[in-house]
Amino acid sequence: MTAEAPLLHARALCFSRQEEQVFGPLDFDVAAGDIVLVEGDNGSGKTTLMRLLTGILHVDEGTLELEGKPLRSIDTAGRVVFLGHQLGLKADLSPLENLRVAEGLAGRRDGMDAMAVLREVGLAGYEDEPVRRLSAGQKKRAALARLMLVPATIWLLDEPYANLDRDGIALVNRLVQAHAARGGAALVSSHGTVTFLGGEPRVIRMHA
Amino acid sequence: MTATAGAACAALLRRDLLLAWRRRGDIAMPVLYALIVTTLFPFALGPEDALLQRIAGGVILVTVLLAMLLALDAMFRGDIEDGSLEQLLLAPQPLALMLAIRIFAHWITTALPLIIISPLLAGMLHLPTPVIGVLVVALLLATPLLSLIGAILVALTAGTRRSGMLLALMLLPLCVPVVIFAAGAVAAAQQGLPWVAPIAWLGAALVLAVVLAPLACAAALRIALDA
Repeated sequence: MTAEAPLLHARALCFSRQEEQVFGPLDFDVAAGDIVLVEGDNGSGKTTLMRLLTGILHVDEGTLELEGKPLRSIDTAGRVVFLGHQLGLKADLSPLENLRVAEGLAGRRDGMDAMAVLREVGLAGYEDEPVRRLSAGQKKRAALARLMLVPATIWLLDEPYANLDRDGIALVNRLVQAHAARGGAALVSSHGTVTFLGGEPRVIRMHA
Repeated sequence: MTATAGAACAALLRRDLLLAWRRRGDIAMPVLYALIVTTLFPFALGPEDALLQRIAGGVILVTVLLAMLLALDAMFRGDIEDGSLEQLLLAPQPLALMLAIRIFAHWITTALPLIIISPLLAGMLHLPTPVIGVLVVALLLATPLLSLIGAILVALTAGTRRSGMLLALMLLPLCVPVVIFAAGAVAAAQQGLPWVAPIAWLGAALVLAVVLAPLACAAALRIALDA
């Protein structure tokens, strides 16, 4: 692990499914404190890129490195947190119980606790309601609470703005910026109609 | 604060038991099935004590096995559908250990209720009381073995749609030795012969499965998600 090695480093990264190219080649570097917007149309491979970065999908062509070493799922474990279309919440459990599971599995960021995190994402009063009774936006918020709670460095957010109201969108931006400010990195995908993030974030454009 | 393996196991076990408790109806299903099947046998074959005693061990073993098969298919399905499995993969804990806990929780919620009612079922078929003890011991070793073998197959078929049929076909040959040894122990006890040897074989197979099955499951699920 050299000091200069960026958190994530991709060169000529391609992904093909049954001989058909999903995306690529892509070149990018992500360092600590970076917020990167992954833009592309539907079907351009945003989710596939996210899953490659988690290590769940393996890299066929090109290089993908985590801190200077080839990225493997055994190394991403605990360092990467992924918020996909399936939120990873158990519908029969309450947001609080879901967070307790995440806390048990992945640990807790210093100074955070489950109740405070739920208040932060605007779910105060819904802690004990089963997730199945929450609205789509509230489910998303419950999943965002997990990001705040667990101590991962790299956030991979796949379409985090979907289903969220204006406050929710502001919440995502606030969380991502706070995460970057404390030295984390975030990749946020969006289908590109609106750029919600304030300022000028770095952009990875996806095209098949 | 980083998570320890112990805390992760406890959290996962608690989650699975809580989920099972919230859906108590699903736990009752295999139990009801086993109860109905064993109740129907005396009606179909006639209330002849000697005949019922002779088939009791086999009937209960096969019924429990089939009842477990009913619930086996769902072992990882929920986790794959709602994205929990990806969270499990990304957690800083060994996946095999986490899956071992999941299999254990599945065994508690499906097989344990069946083992608890098995003396009742055996009594209904007039199995002599001393043999009931051997039957329970055989079930205590055979059911976790089936859960573990089943879990590998569920993990292997996880990527496919409607995997139920495929699962049943693949499981059948692997069940046969388990049933032979378990039924062998019960039959030996019934005839007053030593029954420790088949139980010891089951125990040996269980030890092997406890060590290897979670590793195989983890590899299979990684492959299933890598598509």
